Amino acid sequence: MLMFKRNLGKQIVIFMALLAIWGSVYLLIQTGIINPFYELNLILIGINIILAVSLNLINGFNGQFSIGHAGFMAIGAYGAAIITIKAGLPFPVALLFGAVVAGIFGILVGLPTLRLRGDYLAIATLGFGEIIRGVIVNIDYIGGAYGLSGIPKMANWTWVFWLTVLTVVIITNFINSTHGRATVSIRENEIAAEAMGINTTKYKVMAFTIGSFFAGLAGGLHAHYFYTIQPGTFNFLKSFDILVMVVLGGQGSITGSIIAAIGLTILSASLQSLVSLRLVIYALLLIIIMIFRPQGLMGTKEFSLSVFGEKSKDKGEKQHGTSIGQ
Amino acid sequence: MEVFFQQLINGISLGSIYALIALGYTMVYGIVQLINFAHGDIYMVGAYLGFFATAILGWSFIPALLLAMIVCAILGVVIEKLAYKPLRNSPRIAALITAIGVSLFLEYGMMLLVKPDVRTFPQVLSEVQYKLFGNLVITNRQIIILVITVVLMLLLQYIVHKTRMGKAMRAVSYDKQAAQLMGINVNNTISFTFAIGSSLAAAAGVLVGIYYNAINPLMGIMPGLKAFVAAVLGGIGIIPGAMAGGFLLGIVEAMVSGYGKSLYRDPAAFIILIIILIVLPAGLFGKNVREKV
Repeated sequence: MLMFKRNLGKQIVIFMALLAIWGSVYLLIQTGIINPFYELNLILIGINIILAVSLNLINGFNGQFSIGHAGFMAIGAYGAAIITIKAGLPFPVALLFGAVVAGIFGILVGLPTLRLRGDYLAIATLGFGEIIRGVIVNIDYIGGAYGLSGIPKMANWTWVFWLTVLTVVIITNFINSTHGRATVSIRENEIAAEAMGINTTKYKVMAFTIGSFFAGLAGGLHAHYFYTIQPGTFNFLKSFDILVMVVLGGQGSITGSIIAAIGLTILSASLQSLVSLRLVIYALLLIIIMIFRPQGLMGTKEFSLSVFGEKSKDKGEKQHGTSIGQ
Repeated sequence: MEVFFQQLINGISLGSIYALIALGYTMVYGIVQLINFAHGDIYMVGAYLGFFATAILGWSFIPALLLAMIVCAILGVVIEKLAYKPLRNSPRIAALITAIGVSLFLEYGMMLLVKPDVRTFPQVLSEVQYKLFGNLVITNRQIIILVITVVLMLLLQYIVHKTRMGKAMRAVSYDKQAAQLMGINVNNTISFTFAIGSSLAAAAGVLVGIYYNAINPLMGIMPGLKAFVAAVLGGIGIIPGAMAGGFLLGIVEAMVSGYGKSLYRDPAAFIILIIILIVLPAGLFGKNVREKV
């Protein structure tokens, strides 16, 4: 609370800026200046930011390498779609339901697998992503391999924008909380964290569950923007797309994830007609980043408002905060 | 009972393909502790080389197999030198991400090169069916796959246990630094391991082309992942474990398909993986090693 009051001025400025972005884009969409293609990409940017930031919580901040994020997105998408199609309940309820179910699966998957480390965890999460997809393909009630269509189009710019903001705010606040610090300490050195009395299992599962919850939210938005969902949409490649955003932006940097999500969504939109070329570029990007800048564009630094001339409390922070990809 | 034995035959031939790929995974993991995600795609490249040699150059089966094995061995070494070697001292996650990158590069690079269409493999070996007891059927292709797999495995066992290079491989996988101090050229040994693993994967690719007659640029993803499951099942880093794991996984998969649940074939493999990782993380043949602080 103290933090909140101290930064109140700054937060009002941020809120006004967000309101201005939302409002101006909203007007441009209403007046037709932003055509449906650009609108679609704005929506995709929002969804991708939610996905990248939530995966960054697991991979970047908690240091647990997960590559099955699309599986949780699938659960959220199907969960939310079932609520609006089959039960006819309102959209916010559907979104919440999808996210909660994804979160519950996060706990179920996290509890056993988070005992594994490094590459074993990676392969187990990949396996879970594939199992989820494999099970969805086999359930006729939700369309099986053909997918589920006729989902009402309820997600729009307003929903996506504010839910993206909400996700970023919640995850940022989580990281800066006591729980979040404990989560980050596990990334730095799991054995040391445990020796300091941190319940590593609890915090790993917590980070994994929050990450899955927001992946589910992104899935629900995706389903209600594109009318139709197919199990194939949420395959390993989708998980990989999200992973590239996290790695490119910097594992452990929220602003890095946001910048990478925006940049890569625009890149992939401009290469839409050349899917193979897009993925070759992604793959090379990933290899080159790993060899020359394994910490990503931002490393674990955050881009802060101090660039706008505001005096930063921490000198060091200012120094780092002002330089992207130095 | 008949279904059981028929699926056992099918499972063994499918399993031998997994086993060949799993050997490469397990050797590379044993020596550099890296899950080489690109390994499944080397298998795909091998299948395309086999296709190129038989369909376009008109070669027969054995020369095509050798060509694929040699070219993929070189490819494996090049990948190791360019992508993995610069990361040898980085965190393992960096190498893992790079491996995913290399995998996608091979898949979609190949797609740009040969178009995404499914190619039909030429009928190098016309199919002959042999009747065993009652209605059990075994084809000549299944026999050839099994024979070639067994020959390659014996050859591998010979290389690993009887040659100087094999001795070096075992030494490096045991302790890289100590091996270096004993005068072993670690870089060459690692390259050699990649070469052998990749050539085995290429052989598996050509055999699959012969068996299923169809190849495509994304064919390596699923068998690659499953071969990794097989390697984990047997205890990663252990060569006989990879063979056993491969055969076991092939048999399980054939059984799941044979009893009418073919759509559950892929999830079944991953469910086995998760169970193994949780219950027996060192695999069937492995010893549990405690992490050093």
